[in-house]
Amino acid sequence: MRIRVKFRKYGAMKFVGHLDMMRYFQRCIRRAEIDIAYSEGFRPHQIMSFAAPLGVGITSDGEYLDLEVNSTESSKASVLALNSVMAEGIEALSYRRLTDTDQKAMSIVAMAEYEVRIREGYKAPCADFKAAREAFFFRPEEILITKQTKKSEKILDLKKLVYDFHILMEGGSPVYCLKVSAGSADNLKPELFLTAFYKFLGQEFDPLSVQIHRLDVYARKNGEMVSLGEMGEIIP
Amino acid sequence: MRKLALSDEILLTVEKPARYIGNEINAVMKNPKDVDIRFCMCFPDVYEIGMSHLGIQILYDMFNRREDVYCERVYSPWTDLHRILKEREIPLFALETQHPVRDFDFLGITIQYEMCYTNIVQILDLSMIPIAAEDRTREDPFVIGGGPCVYNPEPLADFFDLFYIGEGETSYDALFELYKDWKVSGKSRKDFLRQAARVPGIYVPSLYQVTYQKDGTIAKFLPKEEGVPAKVEKQAVICMTEAPYPKKPLVPFIQAAQDRAVLEIQRGCIRGCRFCQAGMIYRPTREKDVEELKRQAYDILKNTGYDEISLSSLSSSDYSGLKEIVTYLMEEFKGKGVNISLPSLRIDAFSLDVMEKVQDIKKSSLTFAPEAGSQRLRDVINKGLSEETILEGAKAAFYGGWQKVKLYFMLGLPKETKEDREAIAELANRIAVCYYEIPKERRNGKCQITISTSFFVPKPFTPFQWAGMHPVRHYLDCAKTVNEAVKSQLNKKSIRYNWHEADVTVLEGVFARGDRKLGRAILKAYEKGSLFDAWSDKFDNGIWMDVFAETGIDPDFYTLRERTEDEVFPWDFIDAGVTKTFLRREYENALAGKMTKNCRDFCSGCGAAKYQGGVCVENKG
Repeated sequence: MRIRVKFRKYGAMKFVGHLDMMRYFQRCIRRAEIDIAYSEGFRPHQIMSFAAPLGVGITSDGEYLDLEVNSTESSKASVLALNSVMAEGIEALSYRRLTDTDQKAMSIVAMAEYEVRIREGYKAPCADFKAAREAFFFRPEEILITKQTKKSEKILDLKKLVYDFHILMEGGSPVYCLKVSAGSADNLKPELFLTAFYKFLGQEFDPLSVQIHRLDVYARKNGEMVSLGEMGEIIP
Repeated sequence: MRKLALSDEILLTVEKPARYIGNEINAVMKNPKDVDIRFCMCFPDVYEIGMSHLGIQILYDMFNRREDVYCERVYSPWTDLHRILKEREIPLFALETQHPVRDFDFLGITIQYEMCYTNIVQILDLSMIPIAAEDRTREDPFVIGGGPCVYNPEPLADFFDLFYIGEGETSYDALFELYKDWKVSGKSRKDFLRQAARVPGIYVPSLYQVTYQKDGTIAKFLPKEEGVPAKVEKQAVICMTEAPYPKKPLVPFIQAAQDRAVLEIQRGCIRGCRFCQAGMIYRPTREKDVEELKRQAYDILKNTGYDEISLSSLSSSDYSGLKEIVTYLMEEFKGKGVNISLPSLRIDAFSLDVMEKVQDIKKSSLTFAPEAGSQRLRDVINKGLSEETILEGAKAAFYGGWQKVKLYFMLGLPKETKEDREAIAELANRIAVCYYEIPKERRNGKCQITISTSFFVPKPFTPFQWAGMHPVRHYLDCAKTVNEAVKSQLNKKSIRYNWHEADVTVLEGVFARGDRKLGRAILKAYEKGSLFDAWSDKFDNGIWMDVFAETGIDPDFYTLRERTEDEVFPWDFIDAGVTKTFLRREYENALAGKMTKNCRDFCSGCGAAKYQGGVCVENKG
């Protein structure tokens, strides 16, 4: 039986990286006595996979991991059991049984939604955001940038990788709302997009000047984007 | 939500920010306003090392069981954060509340190895607590040291208000009660120290006067005033089964050096190896009841979610209930994906059988610690491991499918000769021969034998406390001899040899048997940038040689001399259970190459029997 757990990550836990989060959850699942299935072999490991790794420093309201279990309590009881053994800063939000047709989270991630705020103590760039957004994002046919990888450089078209970009004003400060391509094929980090946007504004983007928050992760289903958390069903 | 002491900006700039956020599973959260005593426990090395230490887990749990105490933790900030804290004048903080360490009542520092001494100064400096104990006021915490290095605390005497000699389980309650009374009394700092000095196991260095002879050795080491005991008695838990043990140990987010559940099965060791300080200072050997161990193992695994449990002791094979506890763990937890690790195990039929069940033979290696290459030298150090036993163990293991063997030795031991060093390579070769005598179809390719040597450093409260060390050159020559001997073996292609740098050995030797005069050098070395001396890539021997020259300290005085029988040692004021007479007798037995039996076979009258516990009272009604 396959289960999808949705959780949020906030506060000090944003400093715990992806690999440490995997180990953290393995231990949580043991403490919560979830009847997880183990792999075969000499050193069995829990059958578990995360949807999309979250970078150090980023908070999130929509993180996912898929588990294989032998048996299970109800969704409600399982969420409670998990939350009773969690550290402050991680909270299980849902626990749903996947149906046979639901694919592994890791393999279907297509889009991630972010809100990016100016970090306390930092100044927002001076700009007419509405006009800048128009000129930078909506008017051009393509927005080409170079992505530096370990081995090579790659030319990307942001136009194809960004599904939505708008800017809200909150207490005089901009909040960048982004829907970007995610997953193993065409992953776009919001920092990369903002670097290009700031460059357009004639400013240098300092990654420390913003707090990135992931709102949710989506998969493409019948041509539409569906939250990973909507898949599967509640276990009564 | 807790507010962190460091800004996001700082945390996102330093390596592994999770070192500094606390909030780990089983971390204790209390309101500091609800307690009388705030205790900050420190391991003066980086987080991943400090979090692996069992002693802090025990005391953290024990202190926090008291409603009137809140115990928190702090570790050495890594060099990146060190720079930032200094530059921005941010005081070092405890992980739980993120409050400055200087606001605490106590700062407790565990001192596990000599090469952390500059890190102790770092902790005080970054905490903005006066580095010299004599400069502290009523507003500053009392700085208390514990751990194995306090069996000679003298090099650190300037920096500490108090030392706790021995096992923490026994005297802290008394110390806390005294402190609470003192805190409301409004009396002076010295007044508390005077009272504390009367608590069993507590040593207050400022209350003792040391005078020296012309040759630099100690003339007299005496209490300065009446009521301060001339001897400080080591503290030991009598009943390990009833001693507090954490059922909910802390579980770090980032991977610690020891990232597993730890079950302490016994304390002390019956073997009496003459180089081993732990084997002497943790006497008498005390076992924990096997039924209690089962309960503890169950609780700890449940409360941590660890997938591995390790049995901890100095010599697991000597634990009488080993078979029972191992069988229990395998039956109870193996199906739940829990791995069992068994360090410090003698290689015999039982241990091979267990290892076969819990380890992947293809990947794992067998470890032997003969410590010396020849039987003659093993008799000198009283390492009761015969060549026959090693070869038989190796043979059984090779037949069982193993092909990797690790061998640990020491170089620079008393009475060691060139032949003893060459014997290391010869022993490795004979183990390889054992392997190649196995029928080819049962072999698994080549065997891999790895020899590692460390250089011997004589420690206080061991029979070798009188022994002289050697110049750096000599240690390197020793390693060279072994290396050449390995190359001349028939099976040299199956043998690898690793050795360590010698500079750090000499420094360790200086501090292990050093005196109060060294405090100045430690402070100066820190000021010149010495930090994380235990990390080979951070260790800078040049700084140390400079500060010794500047402070007029001759390192050879501490290392090269063979001490005379009547020399007053800086640590003689400690009563560690084992008597100086016994240690001297053992030293002479060593020089004569005479073995001494283990505690279970025969009592050698070491002095630890006065604790009336463990092996000293076993089977004696």
